[in-house]
Amino acid sequence: MLDWIKVGTLSDIPRLGARTVETAQGQVAVFRTSGDEVFAIFNRCPHKGGPLSEGIVSGKVVVCPLHSWTIDLATGEATAPDEGCTRPVPVKLVEGEIWLELKAGLKVAHG
Amino acid sequence: MNAALRQKLVVIGNGMAGMRTVEELLAIAPARFDITVFGAEPHPNYNRIMLSSVLAGEKEVDDIIINPRVWYAENGIALHTGDPVVAIDRAAKTVTSLSGLVVPYDRLLLATGSKPLMPPLPGLELPGVVAFRDIADVEKMLAAAEQKQRAVVIGGGLLGLEAAWGLRRRGMPVALVHLMPTLMERQLDVEAGHLLQKDLTERGLHFFTGAQTEEIMGLDRAEGLKLTDGREVPADLVVVAIGIRPNIDLAKGAGLDINRGIEVGDDMCCSDPAIYAVGECVEHRGQVFGLVAPIWEQAKVCASRLAGRDDANYQTPPLSTRLKITGIDVFSVGQLTAVDEGDEELIYRDSAKGIYKKLVLRADKVVGAVMYGDVADGAWYFQMLREKADVAAMRDRMIFGQAYADVSAKGKGVDVAAMSDDTQVCGCNGVSKGTIVKAICEKGLTSLDEVKAHTKAGSSCGQCSAVVQAILSHVTGEAVEAKAAGMCGCTDLPHDEVRRVIVAQELKSMTAVRKALAWRTPDGCAKCRPALNYYLLCAWPAEYVDDSQSRFINERVHANIQKDGTYSVVPRMWGGVTTPAELRAIADVADKFQIPTVKVTGGQRIDLLGVRKDQLPAVWADLNKAGMVSGHAYAKGLRTVKTCVGSEWCRFGTQDSTGLGIKLEKLMWGTWTPHKFKLAVSGCPRNCAEATIKDLGVICVEAGYDLVVGGNGGIELRGTDPLCRVASEDEVLEYAGAFLQIYREEARYLERTAPWVERVGMDYIKKRVVGDEAGRRAAFSRFVYSQKYAQIDPWAERVLGVEAYEFQSLAEVE
Ligand code: SRM
Ligand SMILES: Cc1cc2nc3c(=O)[nH]c(=O)nc-3n(C[C@H](O)[C@H](O)[C@H](O)COP(=O)(O)OP(=O)(O)OC[C@H]3O[C@@H](n4cnc5c(N)ncnc54)[C@H](O)[C@@H]3O)c2cc1C
Ligand code: SF4
Ligand code: FES
Repeated sequence: MLDWIKVGTLSDIPRLGARTVETAQGQVAVFRTSGDEVFAIFNRCPHKGGPLSEGIVSGKVVVCPLHSWTIDLATGEATAPDEGCTRPVPVKLVEGEIWLELKAGLKVAHG
Repeated sequence: MNAALRQKLVVIGNGMAGMRTVEELLAIAPARFDITVFGAEPHPNYNRIMLSSVLAGEKEVDDIIINPRVWYAENGIALHTGDPVVAIDRAAKTVTSLSGLVVPYDRLLLATGSKPLMPPLPGLELPGVVAFRDIADVEKMLAAAEQKQRAVVIGGGLLGLEAAWGLRRRGMPVALVHLMPTLMERQLDVEAGHLLQKDLTERGLHFFTGAQTEEIMGLDRAEGLKLTDGREVPADLVVVAIGIRPNIDLAKGAGLDINRGIEVGDDMCCSDPAIYAVGECVEHRGQVFGLVAPIWEQAKVCASRLAGRDDANYQTPPLSTRLKITGIDVFSVGQLTAVDEGDEELIYRDSAKGIYKKLVLRADKVVGAVMYGDVADGAWYFQMLREKADVAAMRDRMIFGQAYADVSAKGKGVDVAAMSDDTQVCGCNGVSKGTIVKAICEKGLTSLDEVKAHTKAGSSCGQCSAVVQAILSHVTGEAVEAKAAGMCGCTDLPHDEVRRVIVAQELKSMTAVRKALAWRTPDGCAKCRPALNYYLLCAWPAEYVDDSQSRFINERVHANIQKDGTYSVVPRMWGGVTTPAELRAIADVADKFQIPTVKVTGGQRIDLLGVRKDQLPAVWADLNKAGMVSGHAYAKGLRTVKTCVGSEWCRFGTQDSTGLGIKLEKLMWGTWTPHKFKLAVSGCPRNCAEATIKDLGVICVEAGYDLVVGGNGGIELRGTDPLCRVASEDEVLEYAGAFLQIYREEARYLERTAPWVERVGMDYIKKRVVGDEAGRRAAFSRFVYSQKYAQIDPWAERVLGVEAYEFQSLAEVE
């Protein structure tokens, strides 16, 4: 079953930055763009599993810190010529609060 | 065409020749055949030429795949890898593979390549003896490079030299044994061969020329070579690269006409009209092959014949040779020397620069060229040779190159505007300038990669890429040229211009820069943001607020990210000196946080590896308590100052090198620089601190201190250039600080001192740092001023809570 779960507020994430959320399915990276849009994808680069949350964000892409693949924040796809995809997580922003759609949430720790 | 009407084509050999023929065939007759390919190797087809680059660590195996498996699938080709064909039944028109597959054919293509020539030496079968032909060989060599001590290569031709160089790049001591007195004697004359040997000796290869191997020594595995003159060359890895021999086993078994290779006519057909052959396995008019350029011609002709056209005939083109060793430029074509009185040699020699060029003329036509050190005009000489051009009119100028010989040519380098359309640009693929220009115009190509993909120019050995790029720029106009020089995709402006404007217009934020210079993207990108952040910080040390989101992760969290996402922590160890108390504190931290690895670094300090991100502030807090600060092992900034023991202890020490190193480190720590900056101070010319491969080195002598700059021990080894000698420690600090500040202000982001010094020249640096006393003092005080804002321990700040969000997750959801 899927559930919308509140994970924090927009101001918790620096502009052009990311924070991580620990979930039962693995770590999710939540990104904030310069225009205050929010995106969430699983925090594993399709190349060799690099932590995408640690990359440099610009526009709607993040550059992986390990070997510089460029990943599209909306789709989780690597941009050509690299190939691969990491799974996006549905995310919404309601009155400054960030919600992720995840498998049945039981509890939310520090927010 | 209906599938049922298709004929069956079976290709034996999934290598360069076979698959090029299939590509050509698909281009002109995509529906004519059902194609089955057998390959003995387990891989899809790859660029064998680039094995040298894989060995040298310049490319990965993945990078050299020409057609991945999906390509076969997309084109409906049945591919059987790792399954060699073992028999051909010409009467039944079938082939049988090792795994037992029996596949019928209407047309059969043999492309089995060649086998390495193995001399009948005792010991040849020992483990540790390899050839240099395929991926499996390279893997064996790499495995050996990881474990074993020494390598010896037998054979000083193209292949042997590239093998030796690759192993050398992998850190093995390498000796090369060659039968002839000079290297590459089939492609180079004696003089060029000597120059090559001299250069490679300087790069650390050892040569035994005029040396014949008697046996490979060793009981259970290779232990070295014994030469016929009694000398022994110890080695754990023996690479045999003395030549190749066409792989004709299968054709022989099938009763086809063979001599040295499988005999083919001008139509690439064998003695059986249903069977064709291409590549290194064939013999055409008495000639066998070992380079791809003629093989690509064969592939074209063969594809055309298979497609049912009968007008294509193969003729061997003149061939040129190049050696793929980065930084060594060799070119040769045609005759290497004058053979009789009718021939003339024109020679140009610049021994200081290591340049040698020779043209061989006969009846006012170019019949050969050998070039070493400067090969820019190779393509031009080659063209004149092919065109049999009469060169009488420029005979006395042409050895200086096209720019001098050709009055219409201007500037230096290759003049692509003056180049005629039929000038061959890519020798491997036989692509002319005209073909490239046509593809660029018709298909609207804008990048080198696109041109490679559409024309194949530059896609084999890659040596002509610069010329292809020049043609692209020429055809598409100024825009591309400017783009090539721009900082990144967000702007066409080059680094130096952006920097000039930042200072001239007093731009003090990234947004201001992007606005003033009309950036194409609102945020910039991962390339330009770190550069702009640095330029602003350097220009306005007191005012600019660092943008941590524009920093690479290591600089953002002040630790080095590791491949598993954990971090490493390297505390500063001033001048490489530590104390029992510091060591105890490090040991306590390692215990307390269960740090998996504690390692002494190559920079004279200690690395704690495998720290989780959320542990970092606590680890730093404990280190801070013991008086230790960040070592900036992650920074484009001051790294280590290595020292030796010096006059305090060493019986040869002339000055207190340890103390001076610490003073330099205290002066410079915390500074941000275009790329990392490393120092070393040695107490005497024995140079135990390796000062001559550092960005800045000090070598103490009785009379004072020799300052040396621009060294690099990394990817491209470069020894320092001497700057000057000074008499006192205070002067060392002033000169070093001034040098560092000028580097900070003038080098481009990510340009280390070595390439910077080469770009601007030592004369310029001496003029600024040594010659101009007032300028030096001013630069030094600008440095000291900026240090006021830089010398704040980033670890201590974060222990106090700066950017705390960096080290915590946002939430945990179960
Ligand atoms: C830790 C250390 C290896 C060790 O265990 O000894 C090391 C580790 C790394 N080096 Fe190094 N280098 C280390 C000493 C060196 C040295 C030796 C020296 O400084 O005397 C060199 C050659 C000298 C030189 O720089 O001229 C060296 C030449 C490089 C290079 C090539 C630089 C070049 O200009 O060619 C790179 C790649 C780069 O910077 O782009 C590199 C890059 C790296 C990186 C940062 C690779 C990366 O991007 O992840 C490694 C970080 C691992 C980590 O997180 O700790 N490392 N590296 C050494 C740290 C010294 C220290 O105390 O800070
Ligand atoms: C390290 C190295 C560097 C080189 N550098 C250059 C260079 O700079 N410039 C240049 O022009 N040339 C270079 N060459 C030469 C070039 O690679 C060859 O000329 C070219 O690969 C020949 O193509 P081919 O298809 O005839 O043979 P290959 O590419 O060898 O292909 C033959 C294939 O057939 C397979 N095969 C053999 N028998 C069977 C069977 N019975 N059943 C199924 N499969 C079989 C083999 O396993 C092999 O994969 C280099 C070669 C090497 C090894
Ligand atoms: S520490 Fe340096 S030499 Fe060792 S693997 Fe990393 S980058 Fe390469
Ligand atoms: S793990 Fe992301 S680019 Fe390699």
